[in-house]
Amino acid sequence: MQNHFPLWKNLLVLIVFGIGIIYSLPNLYGDDPSVQVSSTQTANITQEQANQVEADIKASGSQAKAFEFKDGRILARFTNTDDQLKVADLLRDKMGSNYTVALNLAPTTPAWLRSLSAQAMYLGLDLRGGVHFLLEVDMDAAVKQAEDRYTDDIRLALRNAKMRYQSVAKDSGFIKVTLKSVEDKNDILAVLEKDFHSLDITEPEAKDQIWVKLSEKEVIEIKKFAVAQNMTTLRNRVNELGVAEPVIQQQGQNRIMVQLPGVQDTTRAKEILGTTATLEYRMVDVEHDVQQAVAGHVPVGSRLYSDKNGSPILLDRRVIVTGDQIVDASSGQDQDGRPSVNISLNGIGAAKMAKTTQVSVGKPMAVVFIEYKVETKVVDGQKVRHKEKVEKVINVATIQGVFSKRFQTTGLDSPQEARNLSLLLRAGALAAPVDIVEERTVGPSLGQDNIDKGMLSFVVGFGLVVLFMAVYYRLFGMIANFALAFNVVIVVAILSMLQATLTLPGIAGIILTVGMSVDANVLIFERIKEELKNGITPQAAIFVGYDKAFATILDSHFTNLVVAVVLFAFGTGSVKGFAVTLIIGILSSMFTAITGTRMVINWIYGNRRVEKLSI
Amino acid sequence: MLISIASLATRGLQMGIDFTGGTLIEVGYQKPADLNVLRNTLDTQGFDDATVQNFGTAKDVLIRLKPHEGVSSVDLSTKVIDAINKTTAEPASIRRVEFVGPQVGDDLAEDGFLALLYSTIGILVYIAWRFEWKFSTGAVIATLHDVVVTLGLFSVLGLEFDLTVLAAVLALIGYSLNDTIVVYDRIRENFRLLRNKTTEEVMNISVNVTLSRTIMTSLTVILVLISLFFLGGEIIHNFSIVLLFGVFFGTYSSIFIASPAALLLGVCAEDLMAPIKEGEHIDHRP
Repeated sequence: MQNHFPLWKNLLVLIVFGIGIIYSLPNLYGDDPSVQVSSTQTANITQEQANQVEADIKASGSQAKAFEFKDGRILARFTNTDDQLKVADLLRDKMGSNYTVALNLAPTTPAWLRSLSAQAMYLGLDLRGGVHFLLEVDMDAAVKQAEDRYTDDIRLALRNAKMRYQSVAKDSGFIKVTLKSVEDKNDILAVLEKDFHSLDITEPEAKDQIWVKLSEKEVIEIKKFAVAQNMTTLRNRVNELGVAEPVIQQQGQNRIMVQLPGVQDTTRAKEILGTTATLEYRMVDVEHDVQQAVAGHVPVGSRLYSDKNGSPILLDRRVIVTGDQIVDASSGQDQDGRPSVNISLNGIGAAKMAKTTQVSVGKPMAVVFIEYKVETKVVDGQKVRHKEKVEKVINVATIQGVFSKRFQTTGLDSPQEARNLSLLLRAGALAAPVDIVEERTVGPSLGQDNIDKGMLSFVVGFGLVVLFMAVYYRLFGMIANFALAFNVVIVVAILSMLQATLTLPGIAGIILTVGMSVDANVLIFERIKEELKNGITPQAAIFVGYDKAFATILDSHFTNLVVAVVLFAFGTGSVKGFAVTLIIGILSSMFTAITGTRMVINWIYGNRRVEKLSI
Repeated sequence: MLISIASLATRGLQMGIDFTGGTLIEVGYQKPADLNVLRNTLDTQGFDDATVQNFGTAKDVLIRLKPHEGVSSVDLSTKVIDAINKTTAEPASIRRVEFVGPQVGDDLAEDGFLALLYSTIGILVYIAWRFEWKFSTGAVIATLHDVVVTLGLFSVLGLEFDLTVLAAVLALIGYSLNDTIVVYDRIRENFRLLRNKTTEEVMNISVNVTLSRTIMTSLTVILVLISLFFLGGEIIHNFSIVLLFGVFFGTYSSIFIASPAALLLGVCAEDLMAPIKEGEHIDHRP
């Protein structure tokens, strides 16, 4: 029988339609401005704490729309952003640094939809507002740091093995070991080969030298590690910043993409992400004269630093404790109300600190704040990356008594600086400096504007096409319009299911698919008209029209698909979003425009005598 | 076509910061902004290469900066905002900041170029496989024509070429091909049906019968694009312009360029005959 669908085909279309509607539904519900509290430590938030938070919110006078405590996280929903911000500030002060308080937009999807894991589309930064950073990891610095480390390790290994040597120094990509006498060569080689088998060890023409170089494999490993380590650190830092749903991804070999939805304070975000700040504790050299050192006569065991006001100060060359021995840090105030950072050391650090302080009561100790600043400047049209190690003594204090694991450091400019520093110390240091090579910030007002404009142009564009089709093709046009709506529902549903990112170009992609997906129907309908003109019966015309147009639709849509896939492969960010909607749109429009319309047409015209088609 | 090439050659495309690197700041005010004040402020603060213009409405201002000498590019946007906030009565609200490093710009440009190249090759291969190489060349010529003319118009109008526009150009390639292939498909069918007609006649007939479809589809696409152009906001303004031009030229080229190009390359019915199986033609004898 012509123009009759078997039951399974009808069912298939209806089921797809049903699923499409269910999974696109969450997008119709809006978001609630909300505050999310989670623990940064392994310890979870307890029910009592949750109750306390709920009481605190009530006491502050803000009206929470809903309060949830689930999976160790507290989510408080509000009706407006004023309440949201007020409560967030309040909770930040109350909860302290062990908890992260983040602003979030919580979807209002009803529970039955959530139980089907139906979620609204994930909005890109251009629609919800936020910051996008692309950070480039300085690989050369990572390799250089590894060379420094190996130089120290080699020295240590030789000393431990009681080997005599003149010097171990870095020189033009090699670590050069200079011997005291040529006879030691074989012994030293044996030590090096035993402990440093991952390095390339060569014997140059100079008889009294051994050259050591990082192997290719080792360099690749170092680079991989630098990126991985940096990503972990960045993730820690972002968590500390209190951002809901951050995205941190590696992009290419040496770049890391960080997206922080909802973050507006880009300056702070940049400071937190990009800096490699850490602390060092050193004894002050009180035996030598600072003025002599400034004049160029720095004593062997000391180094010249400058303090906050720029005046010179001599410190002991040996470090007592470095930043990586710090296991926890929190900001606070000392008894005089000055901003301070409370430090906890690990075992090794605590032991060293105890050993030093035992013999040095009454002597001054200095805290050195170290920061690597990477700046890209343009000089004479050339891009020059300028790296600067900023070291300043932020505090000199007399050791009052013996201490080890826990102590307090003051001398910071502001509570803000204390907060940032404690955050950075907690989150760990970056393995290699990073440089921000791309930044895109979208303010929240622009994001909402973009959504509104996108929706408006979608509604108007859709309306125009529907009107046009209905006028030109009458009943068949209405059927095509049904398929068009069906298509949009499926595209939205698939985007929601994949949790693909919807961007402004993505919306443009959906709108474009609306315009293009009627193409398949236009092809079919024109063909049916043509066949009718050739004098065949309406039933046969429908059949032949669909049949013949199919090959054409397949070919033309497939080429479109090729282009969309290429776009997806090479596109970044918002362009990728555009490609995704285009690909989904092309595929689903084939289904709706061919099978979907055919089903309706078969319902209307199938299995009966038809004199005339409304086309 | 000639004008486009001439303009592309002499004026070139105005590349956006996506490709050149640089900083772009969009700020909004409650009241219409005085651009001259902003320009003077930036001049005296050492940002003399800044271009300041309205963006969409008189209340929105777009500031563009080149990679800046002596200032870290990361701090640039903060410094500029601080500078202008000192002189204007009302603090600017930041709507958008985009900073693209020169290296990233180069990479994006390279990726964009590769995308164009690979999609062209993909199309060439697909059509050669489904049809025949002469058609495939014809289609690519028609498509390149659309791209060149559209880019040319962009160059003449001095509009800015950025990533979104590149995406539009690629979408345009897809659309223009779509059109061309529908015509080719009919030519192939008619070659097999109308054996006694010349190649030229077959092409004429095919183009004519698909004409109403070509125009119908273009019209629906143009309808949605007009809605995007007028209502979609400034950011996708150029995107919709590319596609509007592109659809117009794409329609024209699939009718007037794609088929004649294939014709010039000497397409004939034999190229598209389904391979005849041994013994099959005996059945066809009267």
